[in-house]
Amino acid sequence: MHANHSQGSTTDPIVRFEKVTKAFGELTVLRELNFEVGPQEKITIVGPSGSGKTTILRVLMTLEEPNDGVIYVDGEPLWHEEKNGKLVKASEKHLRKVRGKIGMVFQHFNLFPHMTALRNVTEAPVHVLKMPKGDAEERAKMLLDQVGLGDKMEHYPAQLSGGQKQRVAIARALAMRPKVMLFDEVTSALDPELVGEVLNVIRELAEEGDMAMLLVTHEMGFAREVSDRVVFFDKGQVVEQGPPADIFDNPQSERTKAFFSAVLRH
Amino acid sequence: MLGWDWQFTLEILPRLLGGLVVTIEATITGFIIAIILGLFLALGRRSENQWIAQPIGAFVEFIRSTPLLVQLFFFFFVLPRYGLRLPAFVVGTIALGLHYGTYTSEVYRAGIDAIERGQWEAATALNFSPLRVWTGIILPQAIPPMIPALGNYLIGMFKESAQLLAITVTELMLTARVIGTETFRFLEPITMAGLLYFLLSYPSALIVQRLEARYARKS
Repeated sequence: MHANHSQGSTTDPIVRFEKVTKAFGELTVLRELNFEVGPQEKITIVGPSGSGKTTILRVLMTLEEPNDGVIYVDGEPLWHEEKNGKLVKASEKHLRKVRGKIGMVFQHFNLFPHMTALRNVTEAPVHVLKMPKGDAEERAKMLLDQVGLGDKMEHYPAQLSGGQKQRVAIARALAMRPKVMLFDEVTSALDPELVGEVLNVIRELAEEGDMAMLLVTHEMGFAREVSDRVVFFDKGQVVEQGPPADIFDNPQSERTKAFFSAVLRH
Repeated sequence: MLGWDWQFTLEILPRLLGGLVVTIEATITGFIIAIILGLFLALGRRSENQWIAQPIGAFVEFIRSTPLLVQLFFFFFVLPRYGLRLPAFVVGTIALGLHYGTYTSEVYRAGIDAIERGQWEAATALNFSPLRVWTGIILPQAIPPMIPALGNYLIGMFKESAQLLAITVTELMLTARVIGTETFRFLEPITMAGLLYFLLSYPSALIVQRLEARYARKS
């Protein structure tokens, strides 16, 4: 165990999974998973559906509690806190403190339908970060401009297309200034012609570079383009990982080869 | 058979309207109790702590499965034996609020359950406090579609408040009966009481129907 990681170092991993196991009843979706994310690393997780890749994001966002193992975020345990040298289940307060370093964009957007695009983006900075309303709005406007929705701020989610909703959702997550951003199949629910506008926004974020990004996606071309590292995940474990060129063009494991030949044939 | 006496009807109308005012006061006070209590009962029943959820669940089922009259008599005749003596109107509104609070709690429960899991997950991902999740995200979405169902219970309470006559609250129904026993004419006071109930509840029911149609279109 490396419990004494100093916080905020540029080389220490921002996220570290140590033997993390998660099962839903009989089905084990994460099997003693060891996994690290560098402070500004862009990682794409690919693999067959039902392989548990989304669960990696969900336990990290504290939406699912692991059955075993420890997850560290920025040197601190996420689901645990240290008491008298022992790791015990985290209190709500500790969970909120560590969770604040992580942001997430969902497959189905999950925008708040009773709020305008602008309020969707300002709500958490105002109520969670206690940012003055004026400052939060100024920043929200900047972020909505950045995702190309400067003219849709007063629109409600129901008045926006899927691609626009997802871009608002990205702005909403960015407003909390996370150190790690999770993208969970964020283009899977979109009509094909709207996928590009969302990928463009994510590509720009990847190029800006300061935030670590963890993407689960079926867009292989995009994964190749933005990732520092591609992780092939199957049956609850990392099968193979490396730079995109290695994984896509020269996979070593039979399972990886079989998966890519099936995916790329489509 | 006595025929309808318009002169008599006009004479008793002010007293009946006075009774109607008491009926409305009891209904509104009871409804405010019911919608606040119902929310807490619904939240309590959802609690992860079974020491809270189970007793509240049992309480809700018990009240819902017994007549309002039992609760009225319990508060009015039984509690004073143990030193808790309250005015009839107060007992009546508390019993009404309690009885209907168990119904509204089910409305809240269904409304809260109708909120997609993704809303809770987005709220967690944005790190809102549990209180803010309820007040800022969940309830503002859950409550508007509940309004028609709550409106139906309001109308139900308005009519069932007639039972308060059993504990001597001089609301509309008791007023009509007292006029009947005083004058030996029941036709006009009872008919007029019925008409007054109708004049308020029927238009309200129409409004509720329109609200229902509006939410049905939206979803």
